[in-house]
Amino acid sequence: MIQFYNVTKLYPNGAKAINDLSLRIKQGDFAFLVGPSGAGKSTIAKLIFREEKPTAGQIFFNGRNALRFRGREVVAMRRKIGMVFQDFRLLSQKTAYENVAFALEVTGVSRWEVRKRVPEVLKQVGLEDKMDRFPAQLSGGEQQRVCVARAIVKNPVLILADEPTGNLDPETSRELMELFLEINQSGTTIVIATHAWDIVNELKKRVIALESGRIVRDEEQGSYGYGDS
Amino acid sequence: MGILNSLRYCLRQTLLSIVRNFWLATASAAMITVSLLILGSFGLIALNAGQFLQQVESEIEINVFLQDVAPVNDLGREIRALTGVERVTYVSKEQALEEMRESLGERRDILTGLENDNPLPASYRVRTSNAEVVPAVARAIEKMHGVDKVRYGQGYVEKLILITRWVNVAALFAAGLLALAAIFLIMTTIRMSVMARRDEVEIMKYMGASNWFVRFPFLLEGMAVGYLGSKVAVLILGFGYYYLLLQVDQVSLFFVQLVTDQQTLGMLFGALFALGVLIGGLAGSISIRKFLRV
Repeated sequence: MIQFYNVTKLYPNGAKAINDLSLRIKQGDFAFLVGPSGAGKSTIAKLIFREEKPTAGQIFFNGRNALRFRGREVVAMRRKIGMVFQDFRLLSQKTAYENVAFALEVTGVSRWEVRKRVPEVLKQVGLEDKMDRFPAQLSGGEQQRVCVARAIVKNPVLILADEPTGNLDPETSRELMELFLEINQSGTTIVIATHAWDIVNELKKRVIALESGRIVRDEEQGSYGYGDS
Repeated sequence: MGILNSLRYCLRQTLLSIVRNFWLATASAAMITVSLLILGSFGLIALNAGQFLQQVESEIEINVFLQDVAPVNDLGREIRALTGVERVTYVSKEQALEEMRESLGERRDILTGLENDNPLPASYRVRTSNAEVVPAVARAIEKMHGVDKVRYGQGYVEKLILITRWVNVAALFAAGLLALAAIFLIMTTIRMSVMARRDEVEIMKYMGASNWFVRFPFLLEGMAVGYLGSKVAVLILGFGYYYLLLQVDQVSLFFVQLVTDQQTLGMLFGALFALGVLIGGLAGSISIRKFLRV
């Protein structure tokens, strides 16, 4: 589904975020991107979403060269990717329901479809009772669930999560991961950039370890392997 | 289907944004109103100045004094054939004397006894289509056989032409500057409304909204604000000018004739209106451009 071929990313300030990196993520994968701060985890997420373009190398999305995508194709690709952020990025003046509906509305989905789809996914993330609450009235874990609901409401093929548990306590984090596993069961590819070594070790999923822009380890059923030893 | 849904969403978004940022929208509209008022006043002044100058221009005529032996009819034909010549009137020696007598009024008796030994020359009065060609026509006539002297207020006409040009250039320049100032002012205010919804725009891009979908509500908002602002400006300007016309009509200002042609005025007001909407839309889409790069 996603292939990186010798990708290098230099930022204008001269920092080398990604260095000659090749990577393959298959349909249905559940992969963690781990590594110290500045190792390039976020940059990989940005490159996949085409928020940034690589300085060198090629990126393929669903067998097509993603770097050749033009405006409309970029938008089409982004609609297949659900994003989950560390800071949630919910709109504070919209309720949980409206925040999720927003993701559909901006892609031109009919109101009828919105009314059907949004309660469904909110139920899936366990927030059917709190649809009309504003983000400020929800706990961190609940806010992140809204964020996940917003990511999956458009049936994405891939979910990209950048430090999704960064602002959550361990118990809530574990619950969130279970939600991700559930979503993964239905065939959605999931890529999570994280520092949460305990969760990574517990789940025994694919681990891609990065260090200064290079992959130092890529194991199926891997462990975090940094600070935990 | 998708387009219709999107359109409905954009319209609602625009309306919401204007209602939510009511004062900001009002301020932007007021800005457009003021800019267009100044611009429109300039336009009206330029229009009237233009008409006044045209009036003055149309009163310029070339006096061609003839020698007593001149071949009158041939000369008339020759002058009429010149490019730019609109009307040629022949004034005989007798008519010239008669006119002079009239202009003297009470003291007309000084001219008695001149009937038989008329010292005044016959002349042609030549009117041109516009003032600019007067010097050239005069020079051409001067060379003709049987012409004694040519008078057209040399110097005065050239000055008038120069003034006309300068007035036009200055009016255009000032209007352009004001339009530019208006665009910048509105851009600032719309940018504020973009800033207020900055995170919304950012999230929209992450949700996979197309560029035009993000841009459209702001474009609409700008145009709506421009529409309101220019409507007020045109109304004020229209009523103000109408009132001025009524006042002038009562006082009947000496030689100044204000422009009353409805078609000309309608075109000016229509142009102002279109400009307001255009400026609003332009400012809206420029302000959002920076935020579209995700």
